[in-house]
Amino acid sequence: MMDCVEETNQDPLSVPATIAPASIETKVEKKKPNENVSLADNSLMVDISDALSEKEKVKFTVHTKTTLPEFQKSEFVVVRQHEEFVWLHDRYEENEEYAGYIIPPAPPRPDFDASREKLQRLGEGEGALTREEFLKMKEELEDEYLATFKKTVAMHEVFLQRLAAHPVFRNDSHLRVFLEYEQDLCAKPRGKMDLIGGLMRSMTTTTDELYLGATVRDVNDFFEQETSFLQEYYSHLKDAVAKVDRMTSKHKEVADAHIKLSSCITQLATREQPPTERFLTKAAETFDKCRKIEGRMASDQDLKLADTLRYYMRDAHAAKAVLVRRLRCLVAYEAANRNLEKARAKNKDVHAAEQQQADACARFEQLSARAREELLDFRTRRVAAFKKSLIDLAELEIKHARAQQEQFRKSLQLLRECA
Amino acid sequence: MSEEADTPWFSTEINNENRDEDDLFASAVQEVSLDPEINGTQEKAIIGDAPPSITTTLSSPVMEEIATERANNIIVTVTEPQKIGEGMSSYVAYRVLTKTNMPIFSKHEFAVLRRFSDFLGLHEKLNEKYLRSGRIIPPAPEKSIVGTTKLKMTSTPSTESANGSSSNVQSQFVERRRAALERFLNRVAQHPVLCIDPDFREFLESDTELPKATSTSALSGAGVLRLFNKVGETVNKITYRMEESDPWFEERSTRVDELETCLRRLAGACEALAHERRELSARAHDTARACAALSGADPHAPLSRALSHAADLHEKVEQLRMEQADTDYFVLTEHIKDYLGLIGAIKEVFHERVKVFQHWQHSQMQLTKRRENKAKAELANRPEKVEQASNEIIEWQAKVERGQQEFDSISRVIKKEVERWEEVRLAEMRATVLRYLEEHAKHQAQSIRYWDAFLPEARAIK
Repeated sequence: MMDCVEETNQDPLSVPATIAPASIETKVEKKKPNENVSLADNSLMVDISDALSEKEKVKFTVHTKTTLPEFQKSEFVVVRQHEEFVWLHDRYEENEEYAGYIIPPAPPRPDFDASREKLQRLGEGEGALTREEFLKMKEELEDEYLATFKKTVAMHEVFLQRLAAHPVFRNDSHLRVFLEYEQDLCAKPRGKMDLIGGLMRSMTTTTDELYLGATVRDVNDFFEQETSFLQEYYSHLKDAVAKVDRMTSKHKEVADAHIKLSSCITQLATREQPPTERFLTKAAETFDKCRKIEGRMASDQDLKLADTLRYYMRDAHAAKAVLVRRLRCLVAYEAANRNLEKARAKNKDVHAAEQQQADACARFEQLSARAREELLDFRTRRVAAFKKSLIDLAELEIKHARAQQEQFRKSLQLLRECA
Repeated sequence: MSEEADTPWFSTEINNENRDEDDLFASAVQEVSLDPEINGTQEKAIIGDAPPSITTTLSSPVMEEIATERANNIIVTVTEPQKIGEGMSSYVAYRVLTKTNMPIFSKHEFAVLRRFSDFLGLHEKLNEKYLRSGRIIPPAPEKSIVGTTKLKMTSTPSTESANGSSSNVQSQFVERRRAALERFLNRVAQHPVLCIDPDFREFLESDTELPKATSTSALSGAGVLRLFNKVGETVNKITYRMEESDPWFEERSTRVDELETCLRRLAGACEALAHERRELSARAHDTARACAALSGADPHAPLSRALSHAADLHEKVEQLRMEQADTDYFVLTEHIKDYLGLIGAIKEVFHERVKVFQHWQHSQMQLTKRRENKAKAELANRPEKVEQASNEIIEWQAKVERGQQEFDSISRVIKKEVERWEEVRLAEMRATVLRYLEEHAKHQAQSIRYWDAFLPEARAIK
């Protein structure tokens, strides 16, 4: 209870969340939540300065710069693994104080399986390709790997930055430990037990969601609406993410198909007389450039459309978790109400029950108020982020299409000249 | 691929071609008067020293002017495939429209209805008549039993359009065949010798239905016979190796083989690209649907609107990707496959030359044998045998001479044919690549327009 009060005092509710994104837009490329870094004398800046991929693991170098007095130094560096990020996220989720907040979703597990699988396929199909084709495919694959890697790092960075910029989350002791403690945290890489634990947790959340949703009568229209909206919205987002992913991966394959085409034309060129050879070589170059632009189109679609959808899918999930926690709290409040009635009927321990009921009521009221703020904030945040992504996407698509068109135009001119 | 897109390009391309075409035509006319090969000696006397002069005059501007003045051209368009009849006995008839300024035709413009087997019949006739003299006969499109049967099974064209995707596949099949037939006829029309063939003229001009070419049917007795012949030929091709005395042929034949391998790979690559692009189109469709669903679920009105625009946009993108795939397929892949067919025709001609050579060598062998016989008879002092042998020698000598002439003539004709083909091929390849890039540039312009229209919608989100 005390904590709650303190929290409210510290939390500048009045800070409109929508202004925040603009302030750090330049630092993090995308998806910024309500961060508030601009307080120069009281700031906590986190970034991932480096990352290293070792076998199955990725090691992130987390670099912090701060003026907050709670930290011992003003600048320090620790090495963290993905599991430790998840651990940090879970600590936030467990903390009842934060029940009313949308906890920033944990970054997704680094996943290079797709690249690895492709590399393997490439290795198997090496015989069927010419050396040049093989090298180009490899180059393309390395680019893809690098892009995935960068994206993974960015996701982890965004997670920390969102916490660091949050007026309440930034003061969490676990975050401090995460940023400052130089040894490994106790978060072991997920073993089987942990996986089952995680599964259980997510299952209880889901069943709670279903059970509570079905049994507890919510008196508040706002939350009822929010629940149904988020449920529907989440499933649509999930579907959209899958579809856009499939589209971009196919687009990559289209780009890759140009490699073969270009190399076949080059081969044909070597068989021809000099003027035709020149013509065909230029044509092959055109196809090669065409491939690069198509590839860029695909990765920008991935970055601007798929990733935004993905992030908000996970954010919507986190928002749903808030609603579940609120329902749980409501259940507790109702139980306290019943207890009080019973106590009054028996005329026993009435005072304690009253106190409990008042606490539960206050907790529920507070949680609801907070959740309301957070959900409204989620909406505006989402709209702003979608707007930005869609504009970026459209601009990039236009840019690439222009580049492609210009490229074709130039090639046509060149090819017409070379008679 | 719509027809408007096809026709203008075709005519321009033909015009380009006509230039070189006419040069060749100019040279071919004198040659035609000397054909057929019966009066080979005379031809040989003239042409024996002619080829170098022809090649020099070809490039001279004077000749070119003369040639363009008497521009003989035929432009054939094949349109309006229509289904006639019902069930298995039905067939598709194509309207063949010819525009020409050649005096051998009675009118400048005329149209006839022809069915697919008529085209094959024409090809067969041309093959019979000219292959032996070393002409490259443009290949006719292949008969596809699956495609035609499917077409026959659908009841009428009107219901065809109603049943969605399968009709799409079918109209694609018909369109592809139409384009292939048009290419075939124009190739024949561009050929200096083939274009004045009476059968070709009859095909274009005659109002009456052509006698049904039974031998072209894939399942007829003649078809089986043809199959046997083909098997025999193939065995002959494999087993008989001619010692090549002409370096030109040696070089060309390896080049043609190499070209074939290259083009085959290229065709595969193009097809793969078109295929991937087609799938991408389907996935753009899925994305459009997902966007629409998301738009429906979004409570924020401006964002919902923008998302619904994004859904529309992706539907357009879906269409665009399809058009791109069509460009990949119809412009590039089809043409490469077409060249593969032409290469097949060239190989045919090369093989024909080998057969002529074989024939000549056979005569040569017989002659030697007869000479030996004569010598033996002289040694044995048997005058009546000597007499007979002498007669035979004269007979075989004539055969050897004819064989040699025939061989020389076919070699010469082939050289000219292949040179001509090379020129046409390169011009066509150029045109194809240019057209491909032009179309894709247009697609990109379309894409820019779509996204440009979308941008204000995204900006309008408040």
